[in-house]
Amino acid sequence: MINLNINTGSNTPIYKQITDQVRMAVASGRLAVDDQLPSIRALAERLVINPNTVARAYADLAREGLIESRAGRGVFVTRKRKMFMREEGWRRLEPLMDAVIGEAMVLDFTPLELREAFEKKLGQWKPRKGGSRNDE
Amino acid sequence: MNEQPVIQTRGLTKYFGAKPAVYDLNLEVPRGCVLAFLGRNGSGKTTTIRMLLGLLEPTRGEGSILGHDIRALPPEARERIGYLTEEHQLYGWMSVKECGGFQSQFYPRWNEKIFRGVIGHFSLKPAARVKDLSRGERAGLCLGLMLAPEPELLILDDPAMGLDPVARRSLVESMIYLTRRSDRTIFFSSHQLADVERVADYIAVLDHGVLRACCPVEAFRGSVKEVHLRFSGVPPALPKIPGLLQAFRTERELRVTCVHYSRAIEQALQALAPLQMEMAPISLEDAFISYLGERGEKSFILSETEVQP
Repeated sequence: MINLNINTGSNTPIYKQITDQVRMAVASGRLAVDDQLPSIRALAERLVINPNTVARAYADLAREGLIESRAGRGVFVTRKRKMFMREEGWRRLEPLMDAVIGEAMVLDFTPLELREAFEKKLGQWKPRKGGSRNDE
Repeated sequence: MNEQPVIQTRGLTKYFGAKPAVYDLNLEVPRGCVLAFLGRNGSGKTTTIRMLLGLLEPTRGEGSILGHDIRALPPEARERIGYLTEEHQLYGWMSVKECGGFQSQFYPRWNEKIFRGVIGHFSLKPAARVKDLSRGERAGLCLGLMLAPEPELLILDDPAMGLDPVARRSLVESMIYLTRRSDRTIFFSSHQLADVERVADYIAVLDHGVLRACCPVEAFRGSVKEVHLRFSGVPPALPKIPGLLQAFRTERELRVTCVHYSRAIEQALQALAPLQMEMAPISLEDAFISYLGERGEKSFILSETEVQP
């Protein structure tokens, strides 16, 4: 199950907060293939937001192939198809890596310490059920 | 889809003396949407709402609401409109239950279940006297009285005013609940950008009586951009940039907020040869404040470019 939360007044629009959290949950294995997501109406009423906002988030996730709506049954996490071209993936990842490295340097971590910490963190992430991007 | 807008105005104008309170307003509100009507105090929101409801004669221009001319709203159209004013008018000696009984006599379509549901949602006791209610409880009662006749169109004039966070949340929840019926339209004025972000599909922004924007919330937010430019020394003077809202200058940094960010703006900024230039995401509230805020205050005025929506 996934615990979605939203903040108003954020620099990130609400629909994007939802897509980011679902993507993260799928990537980290907290959401597995065939897990069910709340319906648009239920999530809208729980988060106290306009249902159109949830619908937009779900539509974006469906377009990425991360979730699908199954007639009469609800919204489910699907086997992930290749979400982005590698190039686009790197484009999104790079600024995040820069931020982490920049912060680490400011805080006087050595490259070795950073590498070790990174390895350790990586080890804690379970591989997502449904396989890697290579088996599509 | 019903093609005709629920509210439509053309050139709607109201003068008080020589001063236009609302000027040449062209507004279209599609059926089924939740529209937040925004603007600073005194920008003409209440005047507009009063004209829409036929409570105030326009100086010129025209408007229709649910397909009827606003100058001649028949009673059957009024029955389909729920209106919540800034000043709730209630009889203090009545109980909550009596208020419902009284109001129901005027509405053939009165739905007692809805009335009870709303007052329950605001934790109101049916036997409580109106004069003993808190501001939030009164708002809940008024909302119940307004919603029980199942209006197609809700017009709420600053419903969140003076409400505590709990009552405000109940109000927002009630509005979300109403969207269960996809043909219900909500038109509400507000200063609470957090609420707007939660419930609104559309926003209309009024500034000194002039409509400056009327579009989906995300389109508005997307049209206001903040760009950070870093320089090795003092930032150079900013050239004339179309759509410039604000520019803040620090020792080595320039922050530029503009509307309708385009290739032309990007090139103009690139031409300043910054060390680094990046687009920063901006919150709805910041976008709104940049859009309507005084361009002189706390900012370095570099251009007085007039911005059109």
